[in-house]
Amino acid sequence: MTSMPASAAPSPASGKSKYTLSAKLPDATLHKWLRDLMLIREFELKTMAAYQQAKIGGFCHIYIGQEAVVVGTFGAVNHDDPVVTAYRDHGHALARGMSARACMAEMFGKAAGCAKGKGGSMHMFDKPNWLFGGHGIVGAQTALGTGLAFAARYEYEVLKTGPKKVCLSYMGDGALNQGCFHEAQNLAGLYSLPVIFIVENNGYSMGTSIERGTTMAHNLCLKAAGYGIDAIQIDGMDVMSLYDQFKPFADKCRAEQRPGFVDLKTYRYQGHSMSDPQKYRTKEEVAKFQERDTIMTLSNYLLNERKSLSEAEYQKIQADVRDEVKDSVEFSENAPVPELSELYTDVYAEPMPNLSPSGEYTHGAKNPLL
Amino acid sequence: MATRVIQFREALREAMTEEMRRDPRIFLMGEEVAQYNGAYKVSQGMLEEFGPQRIIDAPISENGFAGLGIGAAMYGLRPIIEFMSWSFSLVAADQILNNAAKMLYMSGGQWGCPIVFRGNNGAGGQLGSTHSWCVEALYSNVPGLKIAIPSCPYDAKGLLKTAIRDPDPVFFLESERMLGDKGEVPEEEYTIPFGQAILRREGSDVTLVSFGRPVNFCMEAADELLQDGIACDVLDMRTVRPLDIDAIIASVKKTNRLVVVDQSWPFASVATEVITQTIERAFDHLDHEPVRVNTDDVPTPYAKNLEMEYLPNKGKIIAAVKSVVGTTV
Repeated sequence: MTSMPASAAPSPASGKSKYTLSAKLPDATLHKWLRDLMLIREFELKTMAAYQQAKIGGFCHIYIGQEAVVVGTFGAVNHDDPVVTAYRDHGHALARGMSARACMAEMFGKAAGCAKGKGGSMHMFDKPNWLFGGHGIVGAQTALGTGLAFAARYEYEVLKTGPKKVCLSYMGDGALNQGCFHEAQNLAGLYSLPVIFIVENNGYSMGTSIERGTTMAHNLCLKAAGYGIDAIQIDGMDVMSLYDQFKPFADKCRAEQRPGFVDLKTYRYQGHSMSDPQKYRTKEEVAKFQERDTIMTLSNYLLNERKSLSEAEYQKIQADVRDEVKDSVEFSENAPVPELSELYTDVYAEPMPNLSPSGEYTHGAKNPLL
Repeated sequence: MATRVIQFREALREAMTEEMRRDPRIFLMGEEVAQYNGAYKVSQGMLEEFGPQRIIDAPISENGFAGLGIGAAMYGLRPIIEFMSWSFSLVAADQILNNAAKMLYMSGGQWGCPIVFRGNNGAGGQLGSTHSWCVEALYSNVPGLKIAIPSCPYDAKGLLKTAIRDPDPVFFLESERMLGDKGEVPEEEYTIPFGQAILRREGSDVTLVSFGRPVNFCMEAADELLQDGIACDVLDMRTVRPLDIDAIIASVKKTNRLVVVDQSWPFASVATEVITQTIERAFDHLDHEPVRVNTDDVPTPYAKNLEMEYLPNKGKIIAAVKSVVGTTV
């Protein structure tokens, strides 16, 4: 976003907002959402640039287009509700509160990264912000989400040391067909665990459109019904309407300590990963979703309908996030790489002699996030 | 120390029960562990004591409930996940090898995985190829795991208590064939540290190294060999990762001969690792090439006579020992 959005979000003739719950949120909350959306967008643009300059290695999956998903869903839960996701995870990290520095430095393979440079783009972990990773094997994180929900419920009911929580377990639509996800759903339904499986349904698993890989693609909610899990389909392109639908759903899952399933229709503007020529879709299809871009829609609402934000304030947010991301890149470029001794740390929480013939494990340097 | 004689399965149960009384974060989940009282009666009576919130029947869904346990461990609980057989852990391999073993590393030290996976390992008796897995060779290849293999009731209890208290993922390998074995177990509380082998029998002629059920075969063999005037050091490793190589080297420096008995296949097995490390550290002390007694390198057969021939046994161990001391069988 470099200039003011041209087209205003459609508003009913009555002049009343089409938004319900989200319209009642304080200005500061919605302005923070806009900032988070713009921060992720800017961060990902600079991530792509750094990847193209070979400053970032490995696999790298860009979140641009899907920003509303994390901002809207996180906005509907508490900070200490556990979150786990797949490998397209930079947005989750930033929206949960990880600093741009820790996120970028991780991808640069630096010691100041959230995983001390041991995880990379696909493994964003942030304990203070209850983000339980960033996971690389498609669908495997859904069983972890079920376990996090089990533990949260156990903490509430058996240990009696915690409040009612709900776990947000994110996945791409490609994970719908992994056996692990079906086992995770069955267990969540069976034990009545407060986990919400949020399918970030961007229509493609790598280059395979959902119709080519998944049965019942037109109505994924029916799949969850088979496991006794309440399900809802939500348009994920508009952060405020997303929140309006997701908030009551999440509240119900928390209150009743039951699982949920959300078919969240979203879209990634970029390729699957940085090495994707995108021959499986048309430019027109991408453009169609960009017309409903969440940053454009929310900024229009705040500037023109709600009038809580001035043009100058909007420009200031834009300048701030640019500075923050630019700083994260400069910080990461100049940050030291991990000490070679870190190779043998964090393998065991309790290292002991003779665990390996190739070296002795030790405790690692303190994680910069802790 | 006052002792009584109990079964291997009772020793396991006592370890879990005592630890669950001590720490409310511990729960037990697995197939048939609760209402059925355990497929092999290891968890008998535990549902009654701890209730359905802590003793939890899981459906036949190993990848799912292994992953559930890992997520719960990350959150801060102390799960014990029972595999009815380690053979079934293969369908949970992604969870136990990728997530349990690597979580601490991938997260830069933020989240470890204090979890115990336990169950029957090795041939149970004519169970055929898919149900007779010995996983120690496969899984000990993966850094991030600790692997314990008890050979008797005393060790089963002491090692399992240590496993439950350990902050790392522990694979605890039992044996269906040993669950009814009886042995002396103290009334008083005790634990057994990981990475410390125990010398079961002392002798100066040959070092016999083993772990788990085959330790018992080594003892039988050592008894018989003694009648032929061959005295064996029998080392029970107790854990294979960590591997108490120091104890092995000390014994080899005394006997100058090494036989390793391992109930998994020979190629890239724990026996192979023991021999490699011994050669690396005590080559000059060896008077004979080391010999390994593994299962035969074929899928586990069903027929009783073939299975008996396939497994390490007293006869094979005696032959191996005699070969390294230069005596014909």
